[in-house]
Amino acid sequence: MHKTAFGALLAGTTMLSPMAATAQTDIQFWHAFTGRLGELVAAQVETFNSGQSDYHVTATHKGNYSETLNAGIAAFRAGEQPQILMVFEVGTATMMSAKGAIKPVYEVMADAGADFDSDAYIGSVKGYYTSTDGQMLSLPFNSSTPVLWVNRNALEGAGIDPDTDLSTWQNVDATLDKLKESGHNCPLTTAWQSWIHLENLSAYHDVPFATKDNGFAGLDTELALNGPLQVQHIAQMGEWANEGKFIYAGRRNEGGANFRAGECALFTESSAGYAGIKAEAQFDFDVRPLPYWDGVAGAPQNTIIGGASLWVMEGHEAEEYKAAAAFLNFLSSVDIQAKWHQDTGYLPITIAAGEKTRADGFYEANPGTDVAVIQMTAKQPTANSKGLRLGSFDQIRGIIDEELEAVWSGDKDAQAALDSAATRGNQLLRRFEQANR
Amino acid sequence: MEKRVTFKGWLLPLCLIAPQVVISAVFFFYPAGQAVWQSLFIPDPFGLSSRFVGLGNFEYLLGDPYYRSAFVTTAIFSTLVTLTAMVPALFLAVLADRLVKSAGVYRTLLIWPYAVAPAVAGVLWLFMFNTRVGVVAWYLGQLGYDWNHVLNEGEAMGLVVVASSWGRISYNFLFFFAALQAVPRSIIEAAAIDGARFWRRFFTIVLPLLSPTTFFLLVVNVVYAFFETFGVIHTITSGGPQQATTILVYKVFSDGFVGQDLGSSAAQSVILLVVVGLLTVVQFKFVEKRVHY
Repeated sequence: MHKTAFGALLAGTTMLSPMAATAQTDIQFWHAFTGRLGELVAAQVETFNSGQSDYHVTATHKGNYSETLNAGIAAFRAGEQPQILMVFEVGTATMMSAKGAIKPVYEVMADAGADFDSDAYIGSVKGYYTSTDGQMLSLPFNSSTPVLWVNRNALEGAGIDPDTDLSTWQNVDATLDKLKESGHNCPLTTAWQSWIHLENLSAYHDVPFATKDNGFAGLDTELALNGPLQVQHIAQMGEWANEGKFIYAGRRNEGGANFRAGECALFTESSAGYAGIKAEAQFDFDVRPLPYWDGVAGAPQNTIIGGASLWVMEGHEAEEYKAAAAFLNFLSSVDIQAKWHQDTGYLPITIAAGEKTRADGFYEANPGTDVAVIQMTAKQPTANSKGLRLGSFDQIRGIIDEELEAVWSGDKDAQAALDSAATRGNQLLRRFEQANR
Repeated sequence: MEKRVTFKGWLLPLCLIAPQVVISAVFFFYPAGQAVWQSLFIPDPFGLSSRFVGLGNFEYLLGDPYYRSAFVTTAIFSTLVTLTAMVPALFLAVLADRLVKSAGVYRTLLIWPYAVAPAVAGVLWLFMFNTRVGVVAWYLGQLGYDWNHVLNEGEAMGLVVVASSWGRISYNFLFFFAALQAVPRSIIEAAAIDGARFWRRFFTIVLPLLSPTTFFLLVVNVVYAFFETFGVIHTITSGGPQQATTILVYKVFSDGFVGQDLGSSAAQSVILLVVVGLLTVVQFKFVEKRVHY
């Protein structure tokens, strides 16, 4: 039925357009973007479709990240899967284990005979999505990393130099004290607490979040998020919460509304918060690197990414894979990537796109937009900072959220909460191992 | 003396009940059977492979203290929702029943909230109690009460209970109101002549006469609290803070569709099916004895 509807549509457009589109290969691309990002994706697809006549991409919004993944899974079970599916980074292990449902990107490119050099991609971005032997499984699409957002007016209002050094948590602590003393109601808030204050904290200080190279080396991985560094950090945040220096707003990015309204002085959030903050903030703001604990050997290492990648799904015609390869190559091309990076605040996925953005003078015109890029690429990633590959990870994050809430409300101490998160998360990892053996 | 209408032959009665049987089979027995079958396996999300584990999923669930505590949460939540949805409904119905003028207007207004979908109701209540911009939260703040359902478990529970019950009050109101209209005026007038005051008449005559309706609503509201409150919880708390509002049906969703653990999710559906079945049996066996038809 879909095919006939599409056929009719195609016939209609063919009649309308002066060029006769002959034997175009149509492929489906399911994504999770709405609003401004949705428009930008639609623009990319439009550019691709109008730039050549062999292939046609139909982009469809399928809900938020979890819903898009579920739609892809349900469609696969019904034999109706799209050629390209957007999957958020925590679904990576699920997709990787689904051999028979996915076609790795390096294979798609090789089969299609497409020009493909995986070295063109930024190491710490593609590392999340490559197999242990360095083959790219999915194409990184939108990747961001956490940074520290600063409301300069709030600091000034509390009598603090707005250029004060906030590169370490020790300095942040002192600043929070001053903000609190001056009567500030919301010195610090955060989005995505597990991603920023445990996953990235671990990578940034070069300590494991999970055993077996954070899950890259095997399904028999176990959570190691209850190590001394993580406990110390969460204990400190619990103390701040107790003293009213850290305000918890919710599990996702609810804190963003507080920061953009000017209520909070400091805010840990993704670098992709840029577009929203720039549009709404009625105050001077800064982007700073994510703070680290001074005195920890190896810190700051590099932070890891969040966001999504594009997976090519199994069960389609060779011609359709050629179309997919062409589209993925188009997305990686320098101009498209540079524009995407500049419009959204997401990281560029190729080295060339980053260089072009610098050459364009974008970083000078928009100070702070390169903080995330530098933070990601300053050092070669280690086994602890390459990324995470854990099954059922969306749900494990839910468990971590629950346990952290217990710390913020004072019900549990940091050690007990993180021990419990590890135990409960490990159960899910064992279930995942059983299901994918 | 019972009066029975009997059919001659089998064909007509079979045809008459066939639609109901077919609907039950397609929409209830088949999916329920599937859930039971799936609960014996640990499949991967894409349906590429499946491991038979017997009762392993049930063992795993019942050994999980967080799953067991979801039972307690569900019991508390269902009791509160049923009470909050039924008591005010009855009170409002009694008041509306006494109205002579403009009863129709009140009735219409009171029925309105039932038209609001649970997820939308959830968003409405969340907006009023939003810790940052909520009207109610702001007034509470003015009174010196720091409302924070994002971290306070009791407040979160209270909020989802109210949001779940709100639309349901209208539904219950409708039934109570109709039942009140059916109470014979002569009995009430006789009691009034005997000197019984309003509330005495209410408790000794009206309430017993309402018992069939009350019983029906009890069963229906408990089932509602168990299954249909998912939308409210999903929009307001997502089961948090910690696990304060994770009821059984929400856990079925989060394990199945967030965790992609379909085996555990299927096993939970089976357990839920058994629990609600047992609960309904208990209600019919014990509570119904006290109902006067």
